Amino acid sequence: MTVTEEPTVTAGAPAKEVGQPRKRKEDTRLITGRTTWTDNMVLPGMLHLAIVRSPVAHARITNVDVSAAQQSQGVVAVYTGRDFAEEQGSLPCAWPVTPDMVNPGHPSIAVDQVNHVGEAVAVIVARSKVAAQDAVELVDVDYDQLPPVLDMEEAIKDGAELVHSHLESNTSFHFVFDGGEAGAAGNTDQAFAEADVVVSRRFVQQRLIPSFMEPRSVVVQPQGDNYTLWSSTQIPHILRVMAAMVTGIPEHKLRVIAPDVGGGFGGKLNVIPEEILSLLVARRLRKPVKWTETRSESLMTAHHGRDQIQYIDIAADREGNVKGLRCRILADMGAYLRLVTPGVPILGAFMFVGIYKFPAYRFECDGVFTTKTPTDAYRGAGRPEATFAIERIMDELAVELDLDPLELRRKNWINAAEFPFTTAAGLAYDSGDYEAATQQALELIGYDELRAEQRRRRESNDPVQLGIGFSTFTEMCGLAPSRVLGSLAYGAGGWEQASIRMLPTGKVEVVTGSTPHGQGHETAWSQLVADELGVPFEDVEVLHGDTAISSRGMDTYGSRSLVVGGVAVVKAAEKVVAKARTIAAHLLEASEDDLDFTGGTFSVRGTPGTGVSIQEIALATFAAHDYPEGIEPSIDAEATYDPVNFSFPHGTHICAMDVDTETGMVKIRKYACVDDVGKIVNPLIVEGQIHGGVAQGIAQALYEEAVYDADGNLTTGSFVDYLVPTAADLPHFDTGNTVHEAPGNPIGAKGVGEAGCIASTPAVVNAALDAVRHLGVSDIRMPLTPERVWRAIQEGGDGGDRATAGTTAYGGAQTETTAGVSTDASSLGGDR
Amino acid sequence: MIPAAFAYARPTTVDEALQAVASGGEDVKIMAGGQSLIPVMRLRLAAPETVVDLTRVAELRGVREDDGAIVIGAMTTHSDVISDPLIARYAPLIAEATETVADRQVRHRGTFGGALAHADPAGDLPAVALALDAEFVVAGPGGRRTVPAAEFFVDYLTTALEEGEILVEIRVPKREGWGMHYEKFNRVAQAWSIVAVAAAVRREDGRIAEARIGLTNMGPTPLRATAVEEALAGVDATAEAVAAAAAHAAEGTDPSSDLNAQADYRRHLVTVLTRRAVSTAAGL
Ligand SMILES: Cc1cc2nc3c(=O)[nH]c(=O)nc-3n(C[C@H](O)[C@H](O)[C@H](O)COP(=O)(O)OP(=O)(O)OC[C@H]3O[C@@H](n4cnc5c(N)ncnc54)[C@H](O)[C@@H]3O)c2cc1C
Repeated sequence: MTVTEEPTVTAGAPAKEVGQPRKRKEDTRLITGRTTWTDNMVLPGMLHLAIVRSPVAHARITNVDVSAAQQSQGVVAVYTGRDFAEEQGSLPCAWPVTPDMVNPGHPSIAVDQVNHVGEAVAVIVARSKVAAQDAVELVDVDYDQLPPVLDMEEAIKDGAELVHSHLESNTSFHFVFDGGEAGAAGNTDQAFAEADVVVSRRFVQQRLIPSFMEPRSVVVQPQGDNYTLWSSTQIPHILRVMAAMVTGIPEHKLRVIAPDVGGGFGGKLNVIPEEILSLLVARRLRKPVKWTETRSESLMTAHHGRDQIQYIDIAADREGNVKGLRCRILADMGAYLRLVTPGVPILGAFMFVGIYKFPAYRFECDGVFTTKTPTDAYRGAGRPEATFAIERIMDELAVELDLDPLELRRKNWINAAEFPFTTAAGLAYDSGDYEAATQQALELIGYDELRAEQRRRRESNDPVQLGIGFSTFTEMCGLAPSRVLGSLAYGAGGWEQASIRMLPTGKVEVVTGSTPHGQGHETAWSQLVADELGVPFEDVEVLHGDTAISSRGMDTYGSRSLVVGGVAVVKAAEKVVAKARTIAAHLLEASEDDLDFTGGTFSVRGTPGTGVSIQEIALATFAAHDYPEGIEPSIDAEATYDPVNFSFPHGTHICAMDVDTETGMVKIRKYACVDDVGKIVNPLIVEGQIHGGVAQGIAQALYEEAVYDADGNLTTGSFVDYLVPTAADLPHFDTGNTVHEAPGNPIGAKGVGEAGCIASTPAVVNAALDAVRHLGVSDIRMPLTPERVWRAIQEGGDGGDRATAGTTAYGGAQTETTAGVSTDASSLGGDR
Repeated sequence: MIPAAFAYARPTTVDEALQAVASGGEDVKIMAGGQSLIPVMRLRLAAPETVVDLTRVAELRGVREDDGAIVIGAMTTHSDVISDPLIARYAPLIAEATETVADRQVRHRGTFGGALAHADPAGDLPAVALALDAEFVVAGPGGRRTVPAAEFFVDYLTTALEEGEILVEIRVPKREGWGMHYEKFNRVAQAWSIVAVAAAVRREDGRIAEARIGLTNMGPTPLRATAVEEALAGVDATAEAVAAAAAHAAEGTDPSSDLNAQADYRRHLVTVLTRRAVSTAAGL
C-alpha cells in the first residue's frame, strides 16, 4: 500500500487523524457478534412469521387451502394474498427510466398468479419460529402451471409467452442514450460506416446473488397508532418513506431502525415484500412480529444482480484509434420491478466508454421480464457490466489489430493533462492519471518477467499456459447530484445529511444519514471530525440508522458515503467551529477575526497562553451562563450536502492466470491493482474495500452464477452450488494507490466501495483468454468453470451452457425442496 | 432451517445404540458427525422420527492394529484420521484424501464411518476405501458381519447396511511401502469432488507390480478403474506407460451431468486425473 501523500503535521498540533490506518472501532462488536442484529431482537408477545413460497416459476393460483396450517400447534393466523389484496399496494419502483416504462406492479404476496419460484403465497403467524416453520408444509396450494419465461432473447420475440399476461410484451422499457443526440459526441452510424475496422461481440453478464453475510430480518412493533420497524436494510430512510406510502401508515407514525447490519452489497437496497407483510400482519394483529429468512430463502428470493446480454460493437481505424462504440443491452428485470431494478443498467449507460476518447457513442437497453427473481442493485450496479464490456472489447480490438492490449489502451485513454474531460457519454471526468497507475501496477506484478515466462511456456507447449489480463477502469461514484438524478427521472435526490451534537462533557455525537452496513463509517467519520474539531478520535461517537435519531438521510450505496455523507459531516463540523468561534471570542474578550483555531483550541493570535478549547466551549454553552447576546446557546449544527458532480475513481488492475489446458482449471497466479480513490481518509479501510471488491469481482469471473433449470427452478439454491470463494481460493493481492484528489469534493475523496468489484472481473477474464488465445479461444462465458474453459479449448465457442442439475451434496438442495412443498418422512438414503 | 421434530437418543455402547435403533420407530437415523445428516434435516429433505447420536459411543472411536490390518472405528473424526500414525504408515492415502474433505470445522465433527455410510458419490472416502480393499464391520440385531468394500456401495447414497444395522469399524489391509496419492478436482477449497482418483501403486524393480485405483463421482457409486489396473500391472514405470494405461480410466464408468461437469467432460477429466494420480503414486 503506497500513499503518495504525506500527512502534514504542524509543530505542536496533534497528528492528523485523516490518513491514519485506524482499526475500525465498530469491529469488536461486529466481529464478536456482541451487538443487536435484527434477529436478536426479542419483544414481549412477539409472534413469528414464516412464508410459504411458490415451488413453481409461473402459474395461476387456483386454490390455497390453509385449514390444516391454521390447526397446527402454535399457529395464530395464516394469511394468503387474498387477505391482503386490498391493502398491500405495490412494492415501489423509484426509477421509471423512460416515460413509457411498463411496470406491472409488484404485490408483496401473490394473489392470483406467481411469476417466479420463491414468490410468497401465504404467511404463517405463530407463537414460535418452529411452529411457524412446521405449518409451512401444511399449506396446500393448487397451481395451474404456465410455461416459464427464462431466456431473454426468446422473451423479446413476437409471440413469446408473456410473464404478465395483461401486458403486451415482456419488454418493460427501451432506453436510448445517444452521445450525438445529447451533443456530447458525433454520429455513431457515420462513425461505423467510415471505420476501417469493426469488432462485434456478444457478452453474457451472468446472474449473481449478493450473498450478504447476515440474512435479512424484520421486526415490527405496533404501539397505539405508531409502528417501529427494525430491518436489516441498507436504507432505513428510504424505506420509511416508501413503506409509509405503500401501507398508508402515516410517515410520522413510522419509525425505521437499521441496527448493525451484516453486509448488503446492494442486496439490502430495497423495499422487500417481507417488510411490507410484517407491517400488514402487525397492523392486523396489533402484535409485534418477526421474520428472519433462511439462507435458502435468501438465495432464492432476495433480489439478484447483473444478468445482461450485451451486444457490443467497436469501430476503429487501422492504427488503433477508436472511432465509435455501440452497445445494445438486454437487461433481465426478473418477474417484477423493484426499487431501482430498471435503473441499474441505466447507471451503466454512462460508463461503457470507460476511460477512452470515443468520438461517437450510442447505448440502447431493453428491460426484459422473465419468470425469475427480480434483479436490482449489486455492488457496482451497472458499472461492472459496462466496465466488463469495454475492457473485454478493447482486448478483442487489440487482437483484431494485432496490437498490444496496453498499447491500444494508451493510444485511446484520456491523458492526465486533459482533465477535466467530458466523455462521449456526457460525463465530466474530474481528475486522474491512467499512465501513472498503470506503470505502478506493472511494477507491482512484475510484468516483464511474467511476459517472458509466458513466452517460454508457449514455446515449450507447457500444458499449463500463462496469461496476463488488464482492466484500466474508471467508475462514477458519489451518488449523486440531485439535479442529475432528476434529469434521469430517479424518484429522489442524492444529497446527504449530518449533524453534530456537542455534549456538555465535550464529547461529540455525530449523526449521519449514511447508514453503514459494515463499511466502517463510525471510524472514518470519527477521523474526519477529530481533525475538524480537534478532539480526540475516542471522544467521537457516530449515530446512525434510526429515523428517530438520524431524521434525514439517503443511506449507503453507490460509493456515496464518504464522498457525499462524509462531506456533510465536515460541513456540519465547520458550522460547529463557526458557532463556537463566536462564543470563544466572547469568552476570550477578543474579536472573532483575531482567533486562531488549531488542535481544538481557540486562541487569540499573538497572545500565547490564552485559549479555550472547543470542548470547554461545549460545557460553557451547556451551562449558558455567559454567552453573547443575540445568539442561541448551542454550538450544535447540521448540514446537508448535495454534490455538484460525480467523482471518478480509476485504476489499473492486472491479473496473471495459469490455465491448465488439460483440465480447463484456471488459477490466479498474481493479482496487482493500483487504485486512485482520491484522498484516503483511512488506508486500512480503503485496502479492505479493495480486497473485498476484488474478491467479489473475481467471484463473478470464476465462480458465481445463479442457474435456473428449464422449469425455472433455481438450482444454485445453497452455497454448495452457488460458489462463493473464500480466502483459501483467492490469491494474495498486491495493492497500491495513486492519489489525485477529487477537485469537486471538499474532502478530495472519490469513493472506494465498488472499485475493486467493478475493475477486477474483465482483468481476470482477459488473463484467461490471453493464456489460451493461441489455441483458438476468443471468448469464455463467465463464470470460467473448468468445464467451460476446457470446452472452449476443445470445441471453440464460449464454453456453452452448464448442465443445470445441482450437485448431489445435500441431495441437490434446490429451490423446489426448500419452498415449503411438503416432504414425506425421511428420504435420506437409497429411496430418494 | 429448522428440522422437523424428532426423538433423540444418545447411547454410550454399540449394544445400546442397536437397542435405540430397534426401538426408535418407523424411521430412525443414525447420527455420526451430523455434517451430512443435519443439513438435510434442516432443509427438511429428511425428517426422521428418531435420531440415534453415536458421539458418546467411545468404543467406535480410534484406530488400532489387528495383524495384517488397521482397524478404524466408524466414529473416528476426519481430523483424528489425518493425524493418526497407523494410518500414516499403512494407509496414507486415507489421510491424504481426508485432508481434502471440507474445512477444518467440518473435519472436526465429520467421521470416517459417517462419510462411508453416507455413500455420496462425490464424497472422497468411498473411492479410497474401495481402492484399498477395505472391509466394513457391521453390527445388527443378529450380530456382526463383514462386508467387502466391493459390495458395500450399492447405489447413489445407498450401502449394504440393512435397517437396524450400524457400521462399527473399517478394516484396511496394511500396505507398507506402497506409493499412494489422491488427486482431487474441485472448484473451491471446501467443496466435494467433481471427479477424483485414489491411486495406490506397488513398484518393483522399476516396474509397476500392482496398482489399485478408485474413482470418485464417476457413477452412482465409487468405482474401481479395473481396465487401468490391468493395463498397469507389470509395465515399466514410465510416464508414457502410465499415460497409456490411464487412457482407459473412463471405461465402465457412468458419470452424471450437473452444474460442475457434464458426463463427457467427467470422462475426459478422469483420464487426466488418473494419469496424474498414478504418476505421483509411482513417484514419477
Ligand atoms: C461444508 C461441507 C463440505 C464438505 N465437503 C466434503 C468433501 O469435500 N468431501 C467429502 O467427502 N465430504 C465432504 N463433506 C461431508 C463430510 O465429509 C461429512 O462429514 C460426511 O459426509 C458425513 O460424515 P458425518 O460423520 O458427519 O455423518 P452424518 O452426517 O452424521 O451421517 C451421514 C449418513 O451416514 C449415516 N451414518 C453415519 N454413521 C453411521 C454408522 N456408524 N452406521 C450406519 N449409518 C451411519 C447417517 O445415518 C447418515 O445417513 C462436507 C460437508 C460439509 C458440511
